[in-house]
Amino acid sequence: MSDPTILLDDPGWVIALKGLLIFVLCVVLTLLSVWGERRIVARMQMRLGPNRVGPFGLIQALADGVKLALKEDIIPKAADRAVFILAPIISATTCFMAFAVIPMTGVVNFFGEETIMQLTDLPVGVLYVLATASIGVYGIVLAGWSSGSTYPLLGGLRSSAQVISYEIAMGLSFVGVFIYAGSMSTRDIIESQSTWWNIVVLFPSFAIYVISMVGETNRAPFDLAEAEGELVGGFHTEYSSLKFALFFLAEYVNIIAVSSLATTLFLGGPSAPPGLGFTESWLGGWFTFIWFFLKVLGFFFFFVWLRGTLPRLRYDQFMKFGWKVLIPVNVAWILVVATLRLMTQQGASQFLIAAFTGGVVLAVLLAMSLYDSTKKKAEARAHDVGEMPEPSFPVPALPSIKKVEE
Amino acid sequence: MSDFHLEPKRSDAIEKAAQSAVPVTGTEPASFFKQLKGFWVTFRTMFKKPNTIEYPEVKPEVQPRFHGRHQLNRYEDGLEKCIGCELCAWACPADAIYVEGENNTEENRMSPGERHAKVYQINYLRCIFCGLCIEACPTRALTMTNEYEIADDKREKLIWEKEDLLAPLRNGMLMPPHPMYPGSDHHNYYRGEIKESHPSQEVNGRK
Repeated sequence: MSDPTILLDDPGWVIALKGLLIFVLCVVLTLLSVWGERRIVARMQMRLGPNRVGPFGLIQALADGVKLALKEDIIPKAADRAVFILAPIISATTCFMAFAVIPMTGVVNFFGEETIMQLTDLPVGVLYVLATASIGVYGIVLAGWSSGSTYPLLGGLRSSAQVISYEIAMGLSFVGVFIYAGSMSTRDIIESQSTWWNIVVLFPSFAIYVISMVGETNRAPFDLAEAEGELVGGFHTEYSSLKFALFFLAEYVNIIAVSSLATTLFLGGPSAPPGLGFTESWLGGWFTFIWFFLKVLGFFFFFVWLRGTLPRLRYDQFMKFGWKVLIPVNVAWILVVATLRLMTQQGASQFLIAAFTGGVVLAVLLAMSLYDSTKKKAEARAHDVGEMPEPSFPVPALPSIKKVEE
Repeated sequence: MSDFHLEPKRSDAIEKAAQSAVPVTGTEPASFFKQLKGFWVTFRTMFKKPNTIEYPEVKPEVQPRFHGRHQLNRYEDGLEKCIGCELCAWACPADAIYVEGENNTEENRMSPGERHAKVYQINYLRCIFCGLCIEACPTRALTMTNEYEIADDKREKLIWEKEDLLAPLRNGMLMPPHPMYPGSDHHNYYRGEIKESHPSQEVNGRK
């Protein structure tokens, strides 16, 4: 696709300008996505959504931001002042950092400089994203802890447990991609998808990543950290004014960040969809940004769709799902991917690969049917109430027992 | 003799009722693919027409008998229907109406009969729009309109005076005070026999 040193010879001003552009893009996208989310969710509920401020209500989020900034900034007496102030700053800064390694375009001409709209290309780029994401959790945990109040503390604890659990699943879903691409650098991963996107090749990894990215960003249906019905506002209950706005900003930038990462890892980043490769040279390569943007928007719409459709999970079910379903399935899938990869690298025959794949499919089917039959047996046992002593007082019959007509 | 079941049901009746009930099945969650139907529902709903009425621009239609703000009606010749009896004020559960009656004189006749309301106030901070005042009114002087935009920014503005509540003069009506229709008394008014004003009712060039 391009020569690997293309980012290394960037002069300082290009790097600075790119950093600024990424920041501006994130903030503007946040404002637009808050608006977009509210509009889309509203349509899903047969409402109109914000349509008053500006054309189509487009600057509603900006107006809300200004309103938040002008509000009184309250720091509770019981709060740990330094940490209380630090927490939203950690949250808001780390969420931007992930964008440094995301390539948003192919090779473009940037004010006379051949480059890629990507700040830097680390050899461990994806791990760096994971690292910044987990530092971002500190913001939430510290916010919950430093508020000196019970609900935020519970929210912060929930959130930390949640994000740690789902980061394992997330990290494991990357492993398949790493094995396939043989690299952790985002650009190498994109180049490895030049024939087939990873969403096709590694669909289980993709599915698990999509689930865990929702858990990772504390979004519905996994928004237990700020479950309004139980925890008031969760970790940000005690926050007001700009500090609250920072958390808000962090949430949406995080959504865009995980969506961009999903685009990079599984949807070929800024490359055009199959069959439309000729568009990549339009506008001097800048057209690739539109492809990248569309893919990210697709993920964003998925986030909104989830929020509009699914109710919030119960906490224990949520943790069970993460640890007992996502992680084991992921580990098994990695074994399969690794074996297949090794077989192709060692030059195994087509027959052997087909036999192995078939064996895996059979094993999965067997496991599923075994699971089903044990579940049915357990159900039968549970429903077999046997001879229950009749109470001496009149009671209505148990609803689950079906009386057989003689 | 009685169709009523005053006796409590005996226990076998309860049991019989329970037996006829449909047993609960499907306590298990629906299959994964059935659950995915929810996504289709929300997606489809996006393309439906929203139920929202964009209020300040689009005023929603109310029912004909909607309890809106009050109006003090007039007879066809312009005399007020209100006789200052205060029945509305007495009927009001929220104590929102204040009436001060006054005698009609030949020089100052606001309504047919003996009395009219000198002061008539409705306090819309108190009014609960129950309509009991309308039911209490013996002359149909007080009715409710369909107007619902009565919010305001000052408490004083929400106490509506008689001038604010009085119905406008329609064609053929004369602004009181003026004498009753020639050759009639208040009974003709109450029976609805006055259909228009008479030129002789015009006094002092007032229209």
